[in-house]
Amino acid sequence: MKPTLETLTAQFGRLVPESVSAPTPAPAPVAAASVPAAPAATLAAPVPAAPVTPAVPAAPPPSPIQVTSHAAKGYDLDITVPPQEVAAAALILDHDGFALDTVTGVDWLAQNQMEVVYDYFHPTVPLRVVVRTRLPRATPELPTISNVFPGANWHERETHDFYGIRFTGHPNLKPFLLPEDANFHPLRKDYQP
Amino acid sequence: MIAEKNFVPAPGADPSRPASAPGETFVLNLGPQHPAAHGVLRVLMTMDGEWIQRAEPIIGYIHRMHEKMGENRTWAKFLPNTSRIDYLSAMHYTHAFVGAVERAMKIEVPLRAEYARVITSELNRISSHMVWWGALLLDLGGFTPILYAFDDREKILDLLEGLCGARLTYCYYRFGGLYNDVDDAFLQGTRDFVKHMQPRLKMYRDLVTDNIILRQRLTGIGAISAEMCRKYGATGPVIRGSGVAYDVRRAEPYSVYPKLEFKVPTYPECDSMARYLVRMDEMEESLKIIGQALDQIPAGPFMAAKVPRVLKLPPGDTCYAVEAARGRFMIRIVSDGKEMPYRVKLRTPSFSNLSLYEEASQGMILPDALAMMGSLDLVIPDIDR
Amino acid sequence: MTFLTLEPIRILLYLVGICAFVGGNAAYLVLAERKGAGRIQRRPGPNEAGYAGLLQPLADGLKLLAKQIIVPPGTDGLLFRLAPLMVMAPPLMCLATIPFAENLVARNLNIGLLFVFSFGSINVMALMLGGWASRNKYAIISAARVVSQSVAYEIPMLLVVITVLMMTGTMDLNEIIKQQAHGFWNWNILRGIWDFSAGHIGANPLMPVTFLIFFTCMLAETNRAPFDMAEAESELVAGAFTEYGGMGFGVFFMAEYANIVVGCCLATVLFLGGWQSPIGVLSGGLWGLGWFLAKTYALIMTVIWIRWTFPRTQFYRLLNLSWKILIPLSLVTLLLTGVMMKLPLLWRTIFGA
Repeated sequence: MKPTLETLTAQFGRLVPESVSAPTPAPAPVAAASVPAAPAATLAAPVPAAPVTPAVPAAPPPSPIQVTSHAAKGYDLDITVPPQEVAAAALILDHDGFALDTVTGVDWLAQNQMEVVYDYFHPTVPLRVVVRTRLPRATPELPTISNVFPGANWHERETHDFYGIRFTGHPNLKPFLLPEDANFHPLRKDYQP
Repeated sequence: MIAEKNFVPAPGADPSRPASAPGETFVLNLGPQHPAAHGVLRVLMTMDGEWIQRAEPIIGYIHRMHEKMGENRTWAKFLPNTSRIDYLSAMHYTHAFVGAVERAMKIEVPLRAEYARVITSELNRISSHMVWWGALLLDLGGFTPILYAFDDREKILDLLEGLCGARLTYCYYRFGGLYNDVDDAFLQGTRDFVKHMQPRLKMYRDLVTDNIILRQRLTGIGAISAEMCRKYGATGPVIRGSGVAYDVRRAEPYSVYPKLEFKVPTYPECDSMARYLVRMDEMEESLKIIGQALDQIPAGPFMAAKVPRVLKLPPGDTCYAVEAARGRFMIRIVSDGKEMPYRVKLRTPSFSNLSLYEEASQGMILPDALAMMGSLDLVIPDIDR
Repeated sequence: MTFLTLEPIRILLYLVGICAFVGGNAAYLVLAERKGAGRIQRRPGPNEAGYAGLLQPLADGLKLLAKQIIVPPGTDGLLFRLAPLMVMAPPLMCLATIPFAENLVARNLNIGLLFVFSFGSINVMALMLGGWASRNKYAIISAARVVSQSVAYEIPMLLVVITVLMMTGTMDLNEIIKQQAHGFWNWNILRGIWDFSAGHIGANPLMPVTFLIFFTCMLAETNRAPFDMAEAESELVAGAFTEYGGMGFGVFFMAEYANIVVGCCLATVLFLGGWQSPIGVLSGGLWGLGWFLAKTYALIMTVIWIRWTFPRTQFYRLLNLSWKILIPLSLVTLLLTGVMMKLPLLWRTIFGA
């Protein structure tokens, strides 16, 4: 059964119902205050539901499942899941025949969050799926997907190396690209060498 | 997978040859300095005699932190970095980065520039495959083909040097087009090169590909199933040598590839010979693409009209994927509206291709495992970034 | 002049000559190999040191002599130092019985062939000891491979040599050459097919195949590509020689070329008529030496050519080639030779007259 956008949206709709979207960001009063005030006057038409103010990257997209334009973004489906559901999302995509492209970590220092982005591609169907999740910056932990996709073993190890994100259940979370005795995480925004 | 009647099974696979006890194995370190490691790769092998019980690749010896560098310099200043991620197919990596920025900024690239990008990228693919081919044969003990390969590669390098001034780490593409225009000397030189290369590829096929020793060395060795490729995210000739016709130029079409006719070479045997033949066929397809692009390239501007000098991308993330010589190279840029990227993620093909080595090389005999590693076409700076 | 004909002095002069021959060959065959490799690879090869690179071996030799000979700690000191000597000695000994011309042989033994082969087997032991004593995993793997390979290829080589022996009836190398006189059709490689002097079918119609088997086994015994698993550069760094530096490595290298020279000399003697000229006349004295050297060097150039053309085969295929293909083939030729030699007697026994 070849996956299509409809089947994927349906499958993920069951996984992440609309009411449970990404965890709310920690207090960032500057961003919250500026959202309703300034742009309201400048907005001509009702903006479709993907608002991001140009100043500070604010809230995650309101709907957890978004169909995007490949020509504009490079991927077709953008799904936000709570951290503990990443393995279930990986299972859905594995059953549909997707392959893991990469695991990216992003450190949103201003929002006190870390984001982990999973990119998936399909070898025979031209679909690109992105699964994202947000973690509290103080204790970034989420389950591993390396038992679903063995290729994630290396990607997660590298993300742990650079950000300190712990993937629970990962067999070997030792430093990978950094020296064996490294205990720092260089891609964090507050890293001082 | 083709069964090999002469193949000696690993200890433990045959009841008459039991595997060694844990205390009887030894650790062989295919260290960072080794004639066969294609760069600074360390493979820690637990050996049972000549068979590999476990081969663990250890990387990081040429880790230069390009992703951190991406966060500390402006968009334009990151362009030279892209060439150095995988220096053998540098054009593709620059293409991905400029493509991502153009996608985010919705910059329209003129057609002449797109065709020039395709021609230079395909030339780069051929030169990269020539290095792979020569190095693979060198690993297998044939010392001569690499010199013939470098002879052909020299012609490509001369063409590209005349075009953009660099022989290896080109930084030829800019946001919105090219650094400078392709001139007639380059176009004529490329036509001559295509005419020169076709009989050379035929010679290589007759002398090397059909050589019985090479056939015996690669056929039936190093089976990587399509399912394993999918689970590990292996792309490029690795997955095409396992029967799956996945090519980013067809799956996520970019540039002017939709206008060009070319086949995606796929072989179903899953062994090293299949991957070898995929790459040899890819070189022929690249020559076809270059020929068509040379015919179709229009006159016109080589740079988009209004590209801001200081780029500030809208906040959000953008991806762009290209079919590099080694597989799928995907770049993911996250912007926060400033003039420096917030995050640049480089998804390199050799990283995923090598990740399956530990599982695929279990129980293989050492020469075959090394031949398989050669057939994966690894470039270690691509893995370590 | 009578002083020079004294036996000990004569032997001494020959031995000095042989050492000079081996040394000169080792030095200049390396250059020939590098230039041959260069030409096959479309590049000139060494051409900087001296005219056309002729002083290159001198430079290499000086470089190797000037290097410090490091004996790594933990190695077996005696075996480590002994291995290069053990590798160098056998070819020197073998060359003592090989006739370079009708009267140019150090000591012509009537068991010359046996003598050469018994010394040829010591080479294996020396490489094995060198690999073992190096306390290096790569060297040990290489030593194990050398032993397997050499044992496997000794057998077909000796079987084909027995085949030739059955035809010649003598182990005396000079006698073997004298039997191949009067033209190239009398050389053993063709005399096996049709015996011109006797006018009937020869003792071994498969003689060219026998020659090829001998040549292949000679390549394998001397660890030359495509049979250089022991030194498979891309897998085992330098194999058994990994830990040797300076002149220790130089001696191994020289021994490899000396072995090639001995192997090709033997092939020339056994199959190609030694110092006999191909046209029947002009075989005496220095002409004989010239023919011998020409044939030997033609074979050596072929060995070099093969090295730079073919990739290396896998180890188990190498052993398969020997045990499953060459040994049965050489047994077949042996059997065939036996039958063919007794055929007249058999004919007479069966059919009378």
